[in-house]
Amino acid sequence: MTVPDAARAVDAVWRLESARIIAGLARIVRDIDLAEDLAQDALVAALRQWPESGIPPNPGAWLMATAKHRAIDRLRRDERLRRNVGELGHELKARQEAAAFAGAPELEAVGDDDFVPDDLLRLMFVACHPVLSTESRVALTLRLLGGLTTDEIARAFLAAEPAIAQRIVRAKRTLAGKQVPFEVPSAEERAERMGSVLEVIYLIFNEGYTATAGEDWARPELCYEALRIGRMLAELSPADPEVHGLVALMEIQSSRLRARVGPGGEPVPLLEQNRGSWDQLLIRRGFAALLRAEQLGGPPGSYVVQAAIAACHARARAAEETDWERIAALYEVLAAIEPTPVVELNHAVAVAMAFGPARGLELVDPLTSRPELRGYHLLPTVRGDLLVRLGRPAEAREEFERAAALTRNGQERWVLLRRAAECSPDP
Amino acid sequence: MRFLMTTTAGDAPDETMMAEMGRFVEELTRSGVLLATGGLDPAGTRISSKDGKVTMTDGPFAEAKEAIISFALVDVRSKEEAIELSKRFWQIVKNGEGAIQQVFGPE
Repeated sequence: MTVPDAARAVDAVWRLESARIIAGLARIVRDIDLAEDLAQDALVAALRQWPESGIPPNPGAWLMATAKHRAIDRLRRDERLRRNVGELGHELKARQEAAAFAGAPELEAVGDDDFVPDDLLRLMFVACHPVLSTESRVALTLRLLGGLTTDEIARAFLAAEPAIAQRIVRAKRTLAGKQVPFEVPSAEERAERMGSVLEVIYLIFNEGYTATAGEDWARPELCYEALRIGRMLAELSPADPEVHGLVALMEIQSSRLRARVGPGGEPVPLLEQNRGSWDQLLIRRGFAALLRAEQLGGPPGSYVVQAAIAACHARARAAEETDWERIAALYEVLAAIEPTPVVELNHAVAVAMAFGPARGLELVDPLTSRPELRGYHLLPTVRGDLLVRLGRPAEAREEFERAAALTRNGQERWVLLRRAAECSPDP
Repeated sequence: MRFLMTTTAGDAPDETMMAEMGRFVEELTRSGVLLATGGLDPAGTRISSKDGKVTMTDGPFAEAKEAIISFALVDVRSKEEAIELSKRFWQIVKNGEGAIQQVFGPE
């Protein structure tokens, strides 16, 4: 095997296995930073050895075993570290694990027992811990659970690599400083903490779905990353309807990723998309996830309702077949759970589609005085849309121009300016 | 990226292989990688078309080795990842033949 071949294979193994390896190590050493260091050391060892020895039959287990050896070395050598582990009340456990491992005759003997699904869940809760800023949670989640390099994260968010690296270092320092335990939160805390995990995954997804800045309309690889982490979470925490709700929402929205970008990279609105290029496999997976959420019962949460709305669109074979009355009703449910002006704006759009633009505009107009929406480009976009349909092009034009000035996405700006130009003056 | 992994020949499964494969499939499902998988009846029906005139022939066929007997549709980030998964699969099945092909669209 040539060195570049081995490097590519090591890279692939890392992406597939790193989250489980880091999670398993974090359980032993009780320190995410150290766990990641150890896993990286094992990766370096793999890059050195695999080109000569070939890739081992179970590369994930090889990396885990190598990292564990190093963990035990460090625990033996580093009195301070052992004290830290001891202070956290886990010294005994770590020693037991070390002893158990020391008795293993071969590296290959380190098997599936090293990978405890709950470790991954713990890692997710810690990466999305409320002591961290939202940006740090996002970066740490992509790094630890997505296996992305800081450079890849920086490129995805159009940030400088050193800034992302700094953010991750600081986040890990904060977790250590606040002595955040490597644990799944208690029952009382769980719902709130899960809320933070879901929020982080959805933020990653949305950053990919509608890039907030730059010239690309969407960065699908971020969507797929969020989807993968969401699917993982759904298997780790299967009794939580909101997890399935979020997965359903992301599956269904991802089904339109190709259809919502035009040949020139410009956005194509939902109702103008070629529904034949919606990905039916993802739609069906979305329906299945939504069904799982609904079967768990209880009052529907925000993600479940949003997924139900996305499902309404997915079910309509043609734009005209969309059940707008049901969508408007679902937005009312959503507004009760999450009374934000953005939800109200979406409700107004659905009402306009179901009952006519005049009814929609009645709901939109009061929103223009809401301070939260002052810089939100979709408000003038929607108003412009409704004004066009009401035959008031001069006002519509102003709205599209205002929206174009507000959006930070280049492709979207271009579409809005074109729409403004299409508004002929009032007769 | 999606890849379709198919097998055209493989060791007959025994209990150990079934259990290991079950765990492997569960792990891939858990990690969000496996989109669909299944076994196929090697007999099937062959179809050929000349100028739109279709001829059907029911199996089994003499050259059964070419028939696909199982498939897995996976969602990964690179061809290398698909190859790694395939290697894990063959660690369990041991002997056989198959193929990995990228699925174009609808991404």
